[in-house]
Amino acid sequence: MHVPDGFFNVAVSVATGAVAAGGVAVSLRGARRELDDRTAPMAGLVAAFVFAAQMLNFPVAAGTSGHLLGGALAAVLAGPYTAVLCLSVVLIVQAFFFADGGLTALGVNITLMGLVTVAVGWWVFRLVARAMGDSRAGVVAGSFLGALVSVPASALVFTVLFWLGGNAPIELGTVAAAMVGVHVLIGIGEALITAVTVSTVLAVRPDLVYGARGRAASLLLRGADGTTERVEPAAEPAPAAGRPGPFMLGGIAVAAVLAGLVSFFASASPDGLERVAEDIGFISAATDHALGEQPLADYGEAGGIPVGVAGVIGVVVTLGVGGGLFYAVRRRREEPAKA
Amino acid sequence: MGAGHHALHRPGDSPVHRLPPQCKLLATVAFTLVVVATPRELFPAFAGYALLLAGVAAAARVPAAFVLRRMVIETPFVVFAFALPLIGTGERVDVAGLSLSVEGLWAGWNIIAKATLGVVASILLAATTEPRMLLLGAQRLRLPPLLVQIAMFMLRYMDLIMDEMRRMRVAREARGFAARDVRHIPVLARSVGALFIRSYERGERVHLAMLSRGYAGTMPAMHDLSAARRQWGMALLLPGLALLLMVILRVGTP
Repeated sequence: MHVPDGFFNVAVSVATGAVAAGGVAVSLRGARRELDDRTAPMAGLVAAFVFAAQMLNFPVAAGTSGHLLGGALAAVLAGPYTAVLCLSVVLIVQAFFFADGGLTALGVNITLMGLVTVAVGWWVFRLVARAMGDSRAGVVAGSFLGALVSVPASALVFTVLFWLGGNAPIELGTVAAAMVGVHVLIGIGEALITAVTVSTVLAVRPDLVYGARGRAASLLLRGADGTTERVEPAAEPAPAAGRPGPFMLGGIAVAAVLAGLVSFFASASPDGLERVAEDIGFISAATDHALGEQPLADYGEAGGIPVGVAGVIGVVVTLGVGGGLFYAVRRRREEPAKA
Repeated sequence: MGAGHHALHRPGDSPVHRLPPQCKLLATVAFTLVVVATPRELFPAFAGYALLLAGVAAAARVPAAFVLRRMVIETPFVVFAFALPLIGTGERVDVAGLSLSVEGLWAGWNIIAKATLGVVASILLAATTEPRMLLLGAQRLRLPPLLVQIAMFMLRYMDLIMDEMRRMRVAREARGFAARDVRHIPVLARSVGALFIRSYERGERVHLAMLSRGYAGTMPAMHDLSAARRQWGMALLLPGLALLLMVILRVGTP
């Protein structure tokens, strides 16, 4: 998934670069709260872990294998801010030391594989884990669903970005369907491996799982005479209480920037196509010919209207899903208040 | 493979190796920006960029075979670029019996040309600069110090963590395990869980060791990385010439 140079035009590269820089800046501040002065060594080691885990190939279906993106996994294990930092550092190191992913595409790569996977994965994880009362099963189910959704979400954002500023003409609807279809399959592998990993760590060192900090077990003291005494853990506020607030706001801000880009470019993109056509000098030659022979060609020639419609539908669907999730969150918050 | 030694780095003592890392970093990023901003119809410009990179490789005494072998990394996207003429929209031309999209052909050429130039530039940067120095250079360019520190820790411990993963794989395979289908994922996932616990606990130990040696949030600076104006000029020759070439060719071709 590492996007090379030349895949996106300069506008998208710069815009995603700004989004990525903002996301990393917010995470630098947030990670200090998650890890305080341990930030550098801990995040560095977790980044090395993410790098190693991404090398692990797992079988998806007969003959094919995928590799871990690790966004949701890192978010559940180490916290969302630390996860964004770790994934960004992994991507930076891969771009500069392994020539894997273009330098100008670093913003795109960090946005897709750092911000989107972590934000979506963590968001879904919190929703599910809270809905299941922060139980052990809830944490595992939340990591499963978070990882499952994060992969196609990242693929979807990639498709939208590519449609906006990719250096190739594509039909948003078909490519999005294909990308999401393939990545749901990969997402299942990612989800399985994330859920079992989280469950393993929960069994051995539950205190290391950031997403399960709210459920520390009480300490059982056994005396030499066989008496037992139960010591309740120090009342630590559940991680959910107001914690994801700034992170969700960051997510909304990213979504808003991207959505703004969508509506801006949706009107500009036919012009861009026309200009390219003029530059190459085939615009006059193309019209009759293309309409006559190729059913697909007239889809592309029609001044981008179907593309524009698809874009609008995409925005509406995104807002609808986002709004629905928000509604669900709000209702869950209000319910205990009423009770 | 010791700490800090990476596959792409090729130690040497050429003028390119001796340049301060921050100059090379900025020059490489500026060069790829110029490449990406070049209109795809400007064929001579891309040839010129390739010549410029060849010049840098010659000055750095990096053999062509070294660069070519490491270009394998862009294979997946080259495959995608070759698919574009087939799935692209718009006007079509017939080439050797295949109906190809004109716009898709342009897009495929665009991606292959720019991605290849970008990859070669990155390979040359990584080959001539020690990873640690590159990060120190990034810090001098005002990147957040915390981010640079995280990257340094990652680089330092990466091989160690990879070795732990390799040992676990050897242990699995020694017991006759081979991941063939989805049902084997839980076994792999348990290894990943163990790897996370080992990495995290190692991080805690490293932090304590650092504290006991007087760590107070910043790493001591051991290198003087100041760059002379002449060195900046030399490094910026690459993006400067590329930009000049693009401007001349743009003005020259109406």
